[in-house]
Order: sequence, then C-alpha cells, then structure tokens
Amino acid sequence: MSQLPAFLLSDENGESISFPGDKAALICLLKEDCPTCNEVMPVLESFYRAFGDRVDFYVAGQTLEGNTRLRERHNPSFSILDDTSLKVSFAYDIDTVPSLFLSDDQGNLAKQLTGFVRREWQQLARDLSDSLDTEAPELDWEALPEWRVGCGSLSVDPLIADRLRAEAENSPLRARKIEIAPADDEFEFMFDQGFSDGLPLVPPTPVRVLRMLTGTKRDPQEVVAVMPPNMGDATVEKIAINAVMAGAKPEYLGVILAAVEAVCTDEYNIHGVMATTMGASPVMVVNGPIRERIGMNMKLGVLGQGSRANATIGRALRLAIRNIGGAKPGGTERSTLGNPMKFTMCFPEWEERNPWDPLHVERGFGADDCVVTVFAMTSGPTLIVDQSSRTASQLAGSLGLGLESAFHPKAHYATEVLLVVCPEHVDTLIRDGYTKADIRARIQEVTKRPISELVENEVSAVGFPKSAAASMTEEALQKELPKFKSDADIHIVVAGADAGKFSGAFHGWATGEIGSISVSRKIEEV
Amino acid sequence: MTTILDPTNEAEPVARQITPRSGVITGRVALLDISKPRGNVLLDRLETLLSERLEGITVNRYSKPTFTKPAPDALRREIQENNDFIIEGLAD
Repeated sequence: MSQLPAFLLSDENGESISFPGDKAALICLLKEDCPTCNEVMPVLESFYRAFGDRVDFYVAGQTLEGNTRLRERHNPSFSILDDTSLKVSFAYDIDTVPSLFLSDDQGNLAKQLTGFVRREWQQLARDLSDSLDTEAPELDWEALPEWRVGCGSLSVDPLIADRLRAEAENSPLRARKIEIAPADDEFEFMFDQGFSDGLPLVPPTPVRVLRMLTGTKRDPQEVVAVMPPNMGDATVEKIAINAVMAGAKPEYLGVILAAVEAVCTDEYNIHGVMATTMGASPVMVVNGPIRERIGMNMKLGVLGQGSRANATIGRALRLAIRNIGGAKPGGTERSTLGNPMKFTMCFPEWEERNPWDPLHVERGFGADDCVVTVFAMTSGPTLIVDQSSRTASQLAGSLGLGLESAFHPKAHYATEVLLVVCPEHVDTLIRDGYTKADIRARIQEVTKRPISELVENEVSAVGFPKSAAASMTEEALQKELPKFKSDADIHIVVAGADAGKFSGAFHGWATGEIGSISVSRKIEEV
Repeated sequence: MTTILDPTNEAEPVARQITPRSGVITGRVALLDISKPRGNVLLDRLETLLSERLEGITVNRYSKPTFTKPAPDALRREIQENNDFIIEGLAD
C-alpha cells in the first residue's frame, strides 16, 4: 500500500485544510470545464451527506473561476478546495479528472478511480457504507451514465506540465522543454527551428543552461528587459539559453545580461537598430577588470576572430535579440545588405595601453567598474592606414580624413563614429601630448567644409538640399561645417596589437534622439 | 533523446483581424509620412491624385517624429479616431 502525498490546500473561506488527517479520506480532483466532473458533483454531494461525518472529504478544483462556477452550479455542502497551483494534481500524478482517491486513516491509498464508471463508484459507495457501518448514499444510480471517460487534467497540459515538474524538482528552469527524437540530428533540428544566425549552435540542454546560470546571482526568472520588436520577456534564463547556444561560458553571462539591458533601453532603440534597411548592429565595448578575468582579447586581432569571449558574448546578444525579441532577417529585420557585425561584434578596450581616460571612465564610471557600452553601428571596422605621419597633428588629421566617408563624404552632421586607435598610433599622438579632446578637435578641424561644397550637385545629390541653399546668402554658404555635429559624436578607444599603424573606425547610424544613443551598463560582480 | 530548452519568448502572436474592405474609398483618408527622405514627395503626389479622382474625400496629413521608431501611441490613436482609411509612405 502506497502512501498518498500529504498536502495543504485552502478551502473557500481561506482556511488551510491538510491531508492526511486522523480519519479515512476521500480525495477528488476535478475541474469545472469537464462535463464528467460536473456529472460527479451530485454524486460527491451524496457521498458527503452519507459519509462526511466519518471520513475527511477533500474535493479540489483546478481553476479559480471554475471553482466559483462549480459553487454556483452545484452549491455543494462541502467546500471546494483551491488547487489552482495544480501542485496536488501534479503530486498525485493524475492524467485525468475526475480522479478519486480513497485513503485509510494512515494516509495510505486504498482505492483509486479515474473518470466515472458507475459500477466502480457504486461499489465504492457500498464498500464505504459497509466499512463505516452507515447508510449508503441516497442516489438514483440508474439515472447516471454507465461510463464517462473524464478529461485531461490541467497538470498534464504541455504548457503547464514542465513548469510544475521544474517546481516539484525545485529546478530554477521554466523554459519549455523541446525533445529531439533520437533519429533527428540536433544541430539540423535547431537550424530547422530558426534559432540560428546561420552558424551551428550549441544545444541548450538543461544541464548546460544550469551551468550557464552559475555565472550570475540573479534569479533565473528575473525579467532583465522587455525586448523589442515582439516585446518578449528577456528573463535571465532565456538569455542564458541563448548564451549557451552562442558557445559562451558562464563567466561571460554578466556581460551579456548587462548588454541586453543596455540595448533594450529607449535611448538605444534596438527596434530601430534591427529594423532599419541601413543595416545597423550592436557593437559592444567592454571595460574594467572583467576583461582579463574572462580572457577577452584586446590586443592582436582584437576586432577579428579567434577569441572565444569576444566572439561568443557578441553572438549571445545577437541570438537573444533574434530569439527573444524576434528580430529576424526578412521579418522585422530588413537590412538591405546586412553586415558581418550582425553575427557578433564585441571587444574590450586595452585600458593599460591607453594613456587617456578609458571609455567607461569618460562616461562617468569608476576605473575599477566593469562596464559594457553598446553602440549602433552600420559599418566597420574600416581601416585608416597611416604609416607615414610622425606628428600628432598629422596623424589626428589623417584620422579625420579617414572618417570623412562615414555615411558619405558629403554627409556632415549625420552620424557618430567609434574610433579604435591602435597602440602605435597612440604612441605618436601621446608623444606630442595630444589628449582625446585634441584628437577630436583636430578631426573636426580637418573635416570642415564650406556648405557650398556640401550642396547637392552633378556629382552627388547627397548633402545640403539645393532648395535650401538657394535662399542662403553667399556668406552663409561659406560657413564651414565639420564632419560631426558635436565632438561627443567621436568616441575613442584603444585596442590592437603593439605592431602596426592601422587604426579602425565603426561608422554610426542615425545618431541621437532621431535614432540611437549609445548606452553603458555596469556589469554585475559575481 | 536530447532535450533542449526553448530559446524564444514562447509567446503566441496576437491574431489581429483586418478591417472589412468596403471596396470604396470615401470619407477621411490619412496619409502618414514616416519622415524618411522624399516620403513627402510621394505623399504630396498621392494626395493630389486621390483628391482628383475621389470626390468628397478629406485628406489628413500626419508624420512620425522619426522613421527609426514605432509611431507614438497618441499619434496612432489620433489617426484611428479621425480617419476611415490610412496610407503609410514607407519610402524604402
């Protein structure tokens, strides 16, 4: 004889009712929208009237509204207990409602009936009447159907069962489980499901996701952000699943979570960044001690392949945007050309090789803070090759000329740039005492062009509209505009190998309120 | 058997019904410019043509603050409450 699971449920007055008590018990689990359950309500009422003073009576319903309707429809003498959490239904492992259990006074299972089989219920009534030495229930058995199959218990509903199982196992995982048949190739399956960016994914098994979750102290069900375009809840768990697929390690998770928070702000506008035909993509820059701790590459080949941390952190963010946010090429992601940064683009700044304030300090964080900054960039890294300049003013001038092509050489005040200055160029700039402000000023100086040169013309219609220029004075047309509306639109970081005089630049998208504003978020310390 | 966890938001998309098409354009017609370059050129021309060809319609012009973001709720509401038809100029 097996022991039935103990439970504690609330009755209709909110009083706690516990099982087992000190008597034999009848336990019936049912739900209101099941016709068979409604058929047995009068039977249960007659059982209660006949045996209610000698056995404990537990009738539990699976939905709150349903319990109210059962009360209105049948007005039973017993209280309908609240199993809307389905914990008892799950613990009793039922597939079907109604399920009726008879236990002895020790809580041991004596009998279990599933659905309604008149003969079985009638036999139970006789047995109870005999054993309790009392009258049998008053009931016109012949008026009842011989057999009714019952309905599926809510506790085995595929949308609910996994959560109940996880709760019962005390697992932090709540995501839907997907079983891949042994004959299927799991890698092909994930491609077929549309989870992939085009490259193979690491299967996010529960074990791998649990391991990934060790990378944060945050609750797996915490909603980190609501992610456009589909406004999906980006929980820590969902982000961890995508991080596993990207090939990330648990120690990278904090960076990924912070990046998700950053891109889901109104300022960053991930909806527009993904949707634009221009083809923008997040570019992540990591600062602080975490760079070394998780083995990011900030030196040779920093913007290229070869570093697991750089590559998979950037990829995890993109996969999360794809799978949680729902931004997919051809859907709401509508880039004309796309760009390879849409696979991944994440790199750390080489702060130790940087004679100036690193990016996160410029943006108001402490030097020891770990910070991720996200930019919306449409192209890059484009190289600025200057192996010749030996003075800071020459080199900063070169950097400026190299940035003229951002958007289009005739497009001034149009966008921002993220300039990645290589160490050899840093040495040239610092030798003449150049600060970041000096670099920015020099870039603005060498890119200044009179408006007259920026007016639409036979070579290109891009730039200042002819109609606007027509109403301007000659003096106004000679006013010089630098490339960038503000010096603050020139973001500067240091990274790359010690050898080589090649700096790089990422070109922005629609900058500011009109499009995207770069956002920094502190990374959780674990 | 390999079990993996669903990486998506698991949300069921909301099914929205298309307003029944009457086959006739009458009443108030909204033209929404998303503020992309030259979108207004297209919509100006469209307004002229609609006004020439359809008698008794009223054309109301609207524009989004920026093409990079969804239209603000207040603008959507205003368009919905004051118009029978809408044409949006995507300009791409």
